[in-house]
Amino acid sequence: MTALAHRLSPEPEAPRAPPVLFVSGLAKRFGARQILRDVTFEARPGEVTALIGANGTGKSTLLRSIVRLVEPDAGTVTVLDQEVRGLDRKALKAFRSRVGFVFQKHNLVGRLSVLTNVIHGVQARMSGPRTWHHALAPAAIRDEAMACLAAVGLADRALQRADSLSGGQSQRVAIARMLMQRPELVLADEPDASLDPRAGRALMELLYSLAHDKGLALVVISHRIEHTLAFSDRIVGLADGIVTLELDSRVAHAEQLRAFFERPPAETDRDTANHG
Amino acid sequence: MAETSAPARWERPNALAFTMLVVVLAFILWSFSSVGLSWERMVRGIPALGSMLERMFPPDLERLPRILEQLLVTFQMALVGCILGLILAFPIAVLAAEGLSPHPVLKHASRALIALFRTVPDLVWALLFVIAVGLGPAAGVMAIMVDKIGFAGRFFAEAMEEADKGPQEALSTIGATRTGLIFSAVVPLALPSFVATSLFSLEKAVRGSVILGLVGAGGIGVELKVAFDLFDYDTACTIILAIFALVIAVEQVSNVIRKRLI
Repeated sequence: MTALAHRLSPEPEAPRAPPVLFVSGLAKRFGARQILRDVTFEARPGEVTALIGANGTGKSTLLRSIVRLVEPDAGTVTVLDQEVRGLDRKALKAFRSRVGFVFQKHNLVGRLSVLTNVIHGVQARMSGPRTWHHALAPAAIRDEAMACLAAVGLADRALQRADSLSGGQSQRVAIARMLMQRPELVLADEPDASLDPRAGRALMELLYSLAHDKGLALVVISHRIEHTLAFSDRIVGLADGIVTLELDSRVAHAEQLRAFFERPPAETDRDTANHG
Repeated sequence: MAETSAPARWERPNALAFTMLVVVLAFILWSFSSVGLSWERMVRGIPALGSMLERMFPPDLERLPRILEQLLVTFQMALVGCILGLILAFPIAVLAAEGLSPHPVLKHASRALIALFRTVPDLVWALLFVIAVGLGPAAGVMAIMVDKIGFAGRFFAEAMEEADKGPQEALSTIGATRTGLIFSAVVPLALPSFVATSLFSLEKAVRGSVILGLVGAGGIGVELKVAFDLFDYDTACTIILAIFALVIAVEQVSNVIRKRLI
C-alpha cells in the first residue's frame, strides 16, 4: 500500500497497539549545556513518529540516548518492556540488534557489492565469515537479503558496487540493510537530509510504507515540513529540552509547524486536544 | 580604521629556534668533513673503477645455469619470507590499530614489536638467524619475514585507522562483533592500501634478499660475494645483470597487478 493510500484511508481509528518505545523524563547534559531536560514520548508499532525541532534542540541526542550511544543522565527508556538504562554490556548489544538505525549518511562500504552490504545487516543476530560477504553467505540469508532489496526496489542492483549508486539509491540500500536486522523499532536521523527533493520524498515515502506494511515503530527526524506532514502519523516537537508539541499528523498543517519552528524558545504548548 | 598593511614576510625566529638551526647546520657541515669525501679521492678512484669495469665485460656466461638456479632460490626466499611476514603482519596490525585493538596494553605491545622489527635492519636479522638456524635460505626467509612484519604491520595499521568510520559505526550500532566489523567494514576499505603495501613489500624483499646472501643467508648474494672475493669480475657482472633483470621483472609485474587491483 502506498503512503498516500495509507493517509487517505477512511477507516475509523482502530485501537492502537501498545507502545514499542516509551521514553519518560529523559535528561542529558553536555558540560554546561542541558540538551534534554525532561523528555517524555512513545512510539507504537506500525506508526511513524516524526521528531521535529530547531537545530541544537537535542533530537539526535534523543535518538542516540534511546540506544545508549549517548548515556542519558536521568529518566527511563523502555523498549518492548525492557528497561534500556539497566542493561549490562552484553544485554545492550542484544538490545541494539533489535533496533534499526538509519543515519543521515548511508554508511555503506563503497567497495563492496550492494548485496554484501545488505547481508551485513544480519550481523545483528549472527556472526562469523558467513556474514562478511555474499559469496560466503548461506542460501537462506542471500534470499532474505534479496527480498529486502526488492522491498526497497533495488533487487536488480544486487551485484553492483555500492559506490556506483546515487545518494537516494545508497540510502535505500542502507534501509534494506536495516530490514535485514528484522528490527522492531527503527530510528531514522534525517535520512532525507543529503538528498534532492525528489529522492528525499521518495525515501520518506518508502520508510512510511515499510513502517505500516511491516508493523515497525518508526521514529524519524526530518527538517522538511512537507515530509513531516505527509509521512508521519504523529508529530512530536522538541524545544528547550522538553516536548512542547504533540500532534496527530492527520489534523496538523504546515502553518502550525512553521509557527513552532519560528516562535521563540521557552514556550510550552503541549497540544493535548490531538493527543490520540 | 582597521589595519590593512600586509604582515611581515618572515617571522623573526626565537632564540631557541635560531640556536637549534645553527647547531643542526654545524652538525651537517661536520658530517661532510668526517666521512672523508673528497674530490681528490673520487678522481683517484676512477682508474680503479675503470679497470674493474674493463674486467667485468664481456660478462662470463659459463656459470649462468648455476646463477639462474640461485636467482630462483633468491626469489623463492623473498616470496616465502614476504608471504609469511604479510600473514603475520595483519593480526599484529589489528592489535596495534587505534580503535580496533581490544586493549591498550596489547596496542602498545604490538606497536613496540612493529617498531623493533622495522628499526633493526634486515641484514642484522639475517646475522641473528644465521646463528640460530645455520647458513642457507631458511635464515634469509626468517629475516625477510621479520622485516616485513615491521614494514607491513605499520602500513596495515595506518590503513585500517584511516578507513571511513561510518560503516563501522553502522555495524557497531546494530551489535556486530569486533571481528565482523573488521572483516566487513575495515578490511574491504583498507584493501587497496593492503595490496599496494604487499606488492611494495615483495619488491623490497627481492632487493633485500640479494644482500642477505652476503652474510650467508642463502641465495644469489653468496655467489656474488664469492665472485668478488675471487676477483672473478666477469662472473660478478653476470650475477649483477641477472639481479637487475629479476628486480625489474618483479617491479613490472607488481605495477601491472597494482593497476588492475587498485
